[in-house]
Amino acid sequence: MKKIRFWSGDIAAAEGAIAAGCRFFAGYPITPASDIAEHMALRLPQENGIFIQMEDELASMAAILGASWGGAKVMTATSGPGFSLMQENIGLGAITETPCVVADVQRAGPSTGMPTLVGQGDVMQSRWGSHGDYETIVISPSSPQESFDLIIRAFNLAELYRVPVIFLMDECVAHMSERVVVPPKEKIEVVERLKPSMPPEQYMPFKPLNNIAPMAIAGMGYKIHVTGLTHNEKGYPQTTSTEVQEWMIRHICDKIRKNERKIRDIEEYEMDDAEIAVVSFGIAGRSAKAAVKIARKHGIKAGLIRLKTIWPFPEEYFENAADNIKKFIVAEINYGQVKLEVERSIHGKASVELLPKFGGAVHTPMEIYNKIKEAKNGN
Amino acid sequence: MEIEAEANPMDKYLRADRIPHIWCPGCGLGIVLNAFLHAIDELKIDMDELAIVSGIGCTGRIAGYINCDSYHTTHGRAIPFATGLRLANPEMKVVVISGDGDLFAIGGNHFIHAARRNIDITVIGVNNYNYGMTGGQLGPTTPLGARTTTSPYGNVEHPFNLCHVAHASGAVYVARWTVLHAVRLKNSIKEAMNKNGFSFIEVIAACPTTYGRRNKMPTGLDEMKYYREHSIIRHGIDPSQANIEIGKDIIVGKFIDIEKPTYSDAFEELKKRVKK
Repeated sequence: MKKIRFWSGDIAAAEGAIAAGCRFFAGYPITPASDIAEHMALRLPQENGIFIQMEDELASMAAILGASWGGAKVMTATSGPGFSLMQENIGLGAITETPCVVADVQRAGPSTGMPTLVGQGDVMQSRWGSHGDYETIVISPSSPQESFDLIIRAFNLAELYRVPVIFLMDECVAHMSERVVVPPKEKIEVVERLKPSMPPEQYMPFKPLNNIAPMAIAGMGYKIHVTGLTHNEKGYPQTTSTEVQEWMIRHICDKIRKNERKIRDIEEYEMDDAEIAVVSFGIAGRSAKAAVKIARKHGIKAGLIRLKTIWPFPEEYFENAADNIKKFIVAEINYGQVKLEVERSIHGKASVELLPKFGGAVHTPMEIYNKIKEAKNGN
Repeated sequence: MEIEAEANPMDKYLRADRIPHIWCPGCGLGIVLNAFLHAIDELKIDMDELAIVSGIGCTGRIAGYINCDSYHTTHGRAIPFATGLRLANPEMKVVVISGDGDLFAIGGNHFIHAARRNIDITVIGVNNYNYGMTGGQLGPTTPLGARTTTSPYGNVEHPFNLCHVAHASGAVYVARWTVLHAVRLKNSIKEAMNKNGFSFIEVIAACPTTYGRRNKMPTGLDEMKYYREHSIIRHGIDPSQANIEIGKDIIVGKFIDIEKPTYSDAFEELKKRVKK
């Protein structure tokens, strides 16, 4: 039977993670993500899981990778400064193809910035934060309900593609409390990572079968070697082979890029006949939706494109959308990040304007509506 | 006439296709690996239930040579990775083998907290007084006055006494040997792996290529002779009394061997209470 709860986004994310099968959480306190750790400390022992508070975010990220290779579904949660510290081992997760979920509850940065107030300035960091070429999947919820629903999807995608998935929340979504409908357990789709079944002598730990390699966890008897060095299909370091480097980079990037359509998750609102599209995500997406409603009341053909997955960026979707749109208005709580991606994707077919907020506050619907009205009037 | 080499009895524990190793002539790491393999042989460890985790550096390469589940992680992060692995998979015996720079400079914070929590892992810290892989720079254990590529006029920093750090942080087992003490080292590894909790063994190891030749010990043999002349066994001594200084005796032995509940013990207990 479904249950109705009154949860904050942080609590909903924690409960969603548990519903997805997360049984290992390692983290370090940081506003506005601490509620996730606190709730995991309360709940995981009840679910036969493990909670550990580590000495910093470097250790938190390393611990969840270790636990993932130990066989658990794993998660950590942090905010900007901690997210920066995690980037090193997010890279290790990417190169070793380790399933894990990292919740980044964004506050206004850079540096310590505005610890208790909202920001959306980690969009680029969530994709490009670690060094070298790799891909992540980045999911952004707009409500506590989506924090619950979409983090389950985050775990499923992490397991399916063997990749770190960034759950890009923001302070408002994390701290607001709303009605959350929790479906009955049997209605929740949960994906488990593919494990090998062949004899050990035939198993190649990093050789993809249909895009993804089965993952042998510790103790299965496969005696695998896992390294952050450039490695071949067997997992052995190949630090001077440009061929192996190319094969490995293509694999860890293409397994995501080539599945962009499957990973894509976009809410379209009033887009059928829209001439002006507001592009937004997270908490800003809610103001954007309200602004579109106001615009429609005033007879302006405006629509909303709300990104629930931000990365891999839906380039193809935007290129197609641009055929019918005169102007994209990108409303985000930063000084222009998703805006760059929209611009890049549409190849000059339409104009793109940034409507920034610099952190600490959310756009009001009227601010966005005024921008829509300006666009309508050709300004 | 062809001569067939006899297989070394330890070959079965190695990934033959990963040999030859990367280490220099005279390096102490081969002895550490050999002592470790003899220890697991005598302990009759099921190799399916052994995980080796290492960080970055010359020592960090040990993980790749042993035929078990092995994880070569990022610089300094072997211990938190091992913590996650051990907690999520309690069937596994988890051993961290890494160097002094990896475990005590970039990874120092993780070492002290894993010891404090009493995570049930064994840490073998190979101390060669410098960063070998990157060319012989000053490290957290470089003795005062020693010459390295980043202390060309002699080191002015006070070094860590690793066994003292381990003891002060809460390790249940602390021992120090040099690579001259191969058999005692093996015995210590066996004891450490049988401990329930955070056990630590420091191994003083020769690094003639990047450390020794700048410090009047240009060959591995010179370093071994130095260990023979300067090592004194003092079991049970307070580790704070076992600082390492140039020209002075190196105090070795088993310093600490105590019992206390591990993180896993305490967490299992907690889970039982919660479920009631």
